[in-house]
Amino acid sequence: MTTILDPTDEAVPVERSITARPAELAGAVAFLDISKPRGSVLIDRLQELLTAAHPGIKVNRYAKPTFAKPAPAELRAQILSENDFVVEALAD
Amino acid sequence: MPNPVPPFSLQSLRGKDVSFPSDRESLICFVKEDCPTCREIVPVLAALHSAFADTVDVHIIGQTSDGNRQLDDEFGPPFDLLDDSTLKVSYATQIDIVPTLYWNDANGQPRQTLTGFVRDEWQSLSQELAQATDTGDVKLDWEELPDWRPGCGSLSVDPLIADKLRAKAENSPLRARRIEIASQDDEVEFMFDQGFSDGLPLVPPTPERVVRMLSGTRRDPQEVIAVMPPNMGEVTVEKLAINAVMAGCKPDYMPVVLTVVEAICTDEYNIHGVMATTMGASPVVVVNGPIREQLGMNMKLGALGQGNRANATIGRAVRLAIRNLGGAKPGGTERSTLGNPMKFTMCFAEWEERNPWGPLHVEKGFKESDSVVSVFTMTSGPTLIVDQDSRTGAQLGGSMGLTLEAMFNPRAHMGTNCLLVVVPEHVDTFMRDNYSKADIRARIQEVTARPIRDLAADEISGVGFKPEAINAMDSDALARKLPKFRTEEDIHIVVAGSEAGKFSGAFHGWVTGEVGSIPVSRKIAELD
Repeated sequence: MTTILDPTDEAVPVERSITARPAELAGAVAFLDISKPRGSVLIDRLQELLTAAHPGIKVNRYAKPTFAKPAPAELRAQILSENDFVVEALAD
Repeated sequence: MPNPVPPFSLQSLRGKDVSFPSDRESLICFVKEDCPTCREIVPVLAALHSAFADTVDVHIIGQTSDGNRQLDDEFGPPFDLLDDSTLKVSYATQIDIVPTLYWNDANGQPRQTLTGFVRDEWQSLSQELAQATDTGDVKLDWEELPDWRPGCGSLSVDPLIADKLRAKAENSPLRARRIEIASQDDEVEFMFDQGFSDGLPLVPPTPERVVRMLSGTRRDPQEVIAVMPPNMGEVTVEKLAINAVMAGCKPDYMPVVLTVVEAICTDEYNIHGVMATTMGASPVVVVNGPIREQLGMNMKLGALGQGNRANATIGRAVRLAIRNLGGAKPGGTERSTLGNPMKFTMCFAEWEERNPWGPLHVEKGFKESDSVVSVFTMTSGPTLIVDQDSRTGAQLGGSMGLTLEAMFNPRAHMGTNCLLVVVPEHVDTFMRDNYSKADIRARIQEVTARPIRDLAADEISGVGFKPEAINAMDSDALARKLPKFRTEEDIHIVVAGSEAGKFSGAFHGWVTGEVGSIPVSRKIAELD
């Protein structure tokens, strides 16, 4: 990973272009629990709804060590290699 | 687990200086006003304070000054909130969450640390503390309290400020936002995607490179050297160093880049208008003085062209700063109809030693030993003045006038300025007749002076005095001659180029004077 310093006046957030959206939902879906208390409740329900609507998909569950920090690089790499989609939920 | 609370001295809301540790045990809780859990447990903290403040130090540390005031106004707690609005203590403890409660021994070492609010944990901590200190139970109806509340992110881990806190803690000169580019991403492509580039690849401004770039100037990295329109972005030395890295500068170029940016951000120069105009104007930078040699700038063969790192990258750094800090991007507030290759870069040095008239900066009132940048607003150039035939100063000055008259339109007089780059062979022709700069200027004005009747719009061109204006003039008024330039001072003259070739160059100006852009010369003061 390379770190660079922002050359702008920082008036706007750094934006990443969004990956092209697939036409259909198929393959593996990651559900990432960010470890905010009770975030898993929301994720459980979402997973329930999604698997009911799309019985063919495979679901993988992951959790960040702490909500306060970005997911470790290894976890991000693992999610990337094992899935086609990611659902990441905040909860408060 | 967070770190132990470091020794601190913080000011309280009521103006007391409070130090930690003392020789007593302590309860320390970090809170922030906009955290609902923190607000909800203020009565708990109040009860803990009432029960234990006589026997242990009770410190409630708030993360913003305003927030502390608000909590105090709203709850009127018995404790005097401590101000950690610099977040130094919060950062040093590495807490992620507020509230975080510490029970420390008399040496300041944590006996217990609780994060968020879990009622049972807080209740048992208070019972143990009561036992240890031989005080009565805390006067609180624990059953009234919620089972648990998760707490919120500590302000010290807020992504918007965490980098700055880290930089301060590490004594780094850098404060700019850090952008992490994933290892699967190409950093050059990433920078294109972010819109940082002028269309050419950029050098990634890594912290290491930026620190190196900052070594080229004695100025404080956080000094705000200018506020740059159109976005009124603050230009700090650090931000300029970041753009200088991207442009490919060496650290030694920094004093020049800084001074150019200061010059273009003056009211006289008016970078806002220069960027916004549809005419396609851009700064042209001329460097004078000893710095030229120190940086190896090109002032001879090909001085206005490609191939010299200092010339190319100083001009480019300025242009990138205009884009990234000023926010002038084509199609946004930069509205140039055609654009202009000078908008990539245009910077060169004067060949003072080949200039018999005295260099530009001395003409502007600086000492010859000063290093000075001069910025001009030009819309095109260099256009060639081809004259291999004239043998006298008057002839060559005449040629220059005839060529310059075509600027904008031969009938457009008195509206712009120019930067004339006289090449050595033309210098020699002028000096054969001891022709001075003043002679050249006067000759250009003389040969371009046309009676108003010859500057009228007609069937050949609609440019010029309109029929209604012409019809309103008597024959004396129509015979009045107007030169190409409003004053001789609008003809700026420098010397550059190789020894061979009778091809001088002229940059064509934009709107001059108060409503347009006035050239600015500025000494590179930090070189003294």
